[in-house]
Amino acid sequence: MKMRELIKKPATGILLAILIGFVAGAVVLAVAGFNPLEAYGALFRGVFSKPKYIAQVIIKSTPIILTGISFVVAFKSGLFNIGGEGQYIMGALTAVIVGGKLELPPGLHFVVVIIMAMIMSGLLGAFVGVLKTRFGVHEVISCVMLNWIMLYLSNFLITTEWLKKPGTEASIEANTSAWSVVLNSWKTSDAGMEQLANSNSPMAEVLLKTDFNYGILVAVLIAVGVYFLYKNTTKGYELRAVGINQHASQLAGISVNKNVILSMAISAAIAGLAGALTITGVMPHRVTQLATHEGYGFAGISVALIGGCSPIGSIFSGLFYSMLTYGSASIQSEVGAASEIMDIVIGVIIYMIAISSLFIMLANRKKTAGCAAGKRKAEKHG
Amino acid sequence: MDNIGIIISITLMYATPLILAALGGIISELSGITNIGIEGMMVIGAFAGAAVGYFSGNPWIGLLCAAGAGGLLALMHAIACVKFNANQIISGVALNLIGLGLSLFLSRIFFDGATQTLPVPSKLPKISLGGGISLDSTVIIALCLVVFVWFYLYRMRGGLRLRAIGEHPAAADTLGINVYLFRYLAVIVSGLLAGMGGAAMSLAVVSSFTPIVISGHGYIALAAVIFGRWNPVGSSLACILFGFAQALVVILGGGEIAIPSQILAMLPYILTIAVLMLLKGKTAAPRASGVPYIKGSR
Repeated sequence: MKMRELIKKPATGILLAILIGFVAGAVVLAVAGFNPLEAYGALFRGVFSKPKYIAQVIIKSTPIILTGISFVVAFKSGLFNIGGEGQYIMGALTAVIVGGKLELPPGLHFVVVIIMAMIMSGLLGAFVGVLKTRFGVHEVISCVMLNWIMLYLSNFLITTEWLKKPGTEASIEANTSAWSVVLNSWKTSDAGMEQLANSNSPMAEVLLKTDFNYGILVAVLIAVGVYFLYKNTTKGYELRAVGINQHASQLAGISVNKNVILSMAISAAIAGLAGALTITGVMPHRVTQLATHEGYGFAGISVALIGGCSPIGSIFSGLFYSMLTYGSASIQSEVGAASEIMDIVIGVIIYMIAISSLFIMLANRKKTAGCAAGKRKAEKHG
Repeated sequence: MDNIGIIISITLMYATPLILAALGGIISELSGITNIGIEGMMVIGAFAGAAVGYFSGNPWIGLLCAAGAGGLLALMHAIACVKFNANQIISGVALNLIGLGLSLFLSRIFFDGATQTLPVPSKLPKISLGGGISLDSTVIIALCLVVFVWFYLYRMRGGLRLRAIGEHPAAADTLGINVYLFRYLAVIVSGLLAGMGGAAMSLAVVSSFTPIVISGHGYIALAAVIFGRWNPVGSSLACILFGFAQALVVILGGGEIAIPSQILAMLPYILTIAVLMLLKGKTAAPRASGVPYIKGSR
């Protein structure tokens, strides 16, 4: 009885899905002639054996935690925001422009950059919301279109004299005053770098060899903020109500259209923040020519789904996702198996989450046989 | 005259992978299953086509295997959506990851650690029609399939049933139509077509598989499905529009005309949004699309 109740909990479903994902990955590795235990050992060492590696995982998790939360916000209102890629580009592009063209004191400059980036990508999201509510254009379609429009717009703008760094295929860099790197003033001065190089503390190595930055704190703040928005505020209640039942919301006096637009705007602003924090936090602090999307937006969808579509869950699933993708490089270098094995593992995890009703079905089948199970099923869906 | 012929050829060349995938999308959506996993099915089709084409030396065998690979991935989608009432979009997202991951993983095994295949010894043949027009054989196949799918959907009993299932599965079920069987078949066929679409890219447009040979084509095809209002002819025209824009980029990319190619590349996407705005929601989505069918539910 207790076991069955446990299996029916959503978190258990996700943990089971993760387990099955790793088993499936092991099978693929074994069939391809690799030792799965060695491969997973390499993955583990590639993530935890040095503070530097852990720092890299945290740095790389920042944007996908945010695009994950971005997806969650839209999802709670019944919207499928597949436009994270384009919104991310909008945020990064705005950050480069505001960060590279303006001269402001350190700290303030950073704040102005991320606020402007969030406003610009928020407007992009609001546009998607207006397209949906006023013109009946499905958000998946407009988002796919805007992803490509933003990609080409970014590629175009950074070839113009206004934004191009001469002699490169990339944009100008954001000024150091806009950077969110930890110990920025040390790392941008010779004396500071010398101090770090002479220090023996493990933290110094992390600071020297990685782009350790404050982005993760911002991501956690956003997660907590979104959590309280849904838990404690009327607005959050409205945003969720629209996702659960539009007709009931309308009857209760909640404007469906306004909340759809607002939800898309918040969602897009958070994805844009991810782009902006990459520019302020990570070398080379600029936008480069892209042949195709970088995948932060799509990774965010995976992060959100593994995180159980919760903002706090996205922090953990973002770290988890980042661990798998960062550690996968060690699988390749140590064992020789392709790092893409982790895409397969993550894909299987999400597939299992999609069919997690399977677990509940199995739990029910054990409990009762035949018509009783059928009756319960009919009750549940009827 | 020849220039127009070249533009037509290039347009159709780039449109073909999209048309094949869009046909798959239409069939799946009309049966009531949203298939966002088409992207992953195209990727694995592109890989299977190029890899088999390389090792067998015969691009036609490659094309068949591409369809098979797409179909297998689609079977996973069908099992999730039909059997387990999964959230169809989540399952699709998963299959996109699995399709890409599996392709790159296998590519590294068979091609010495490279994420791209070696060029196939022979591409699918081209057919020259004179006047500068020379078409890939996949173009001909795709255009024939458009006609066939249209005929099936609107002139044959099976097509009527398929559409009925997408509109109102319970009603169709009451009339004795096997909803589950139809949905299984529809999703698998959409995978076969998407796989072929991927191979049309890696065996006809270019001659090898690379990680970005399919980048967003599946999503564009899905957009074309909606743009064309779930009609094979309309959706194919939408695909041709995307192909035309790509052809313009190729032809004008030389720099003779002072329009930056990036701006040009943006046009079809802007146009799609504009046209959908003008249609103002008058899209004819199958009513039951995306909703799992549970027997006995109302």
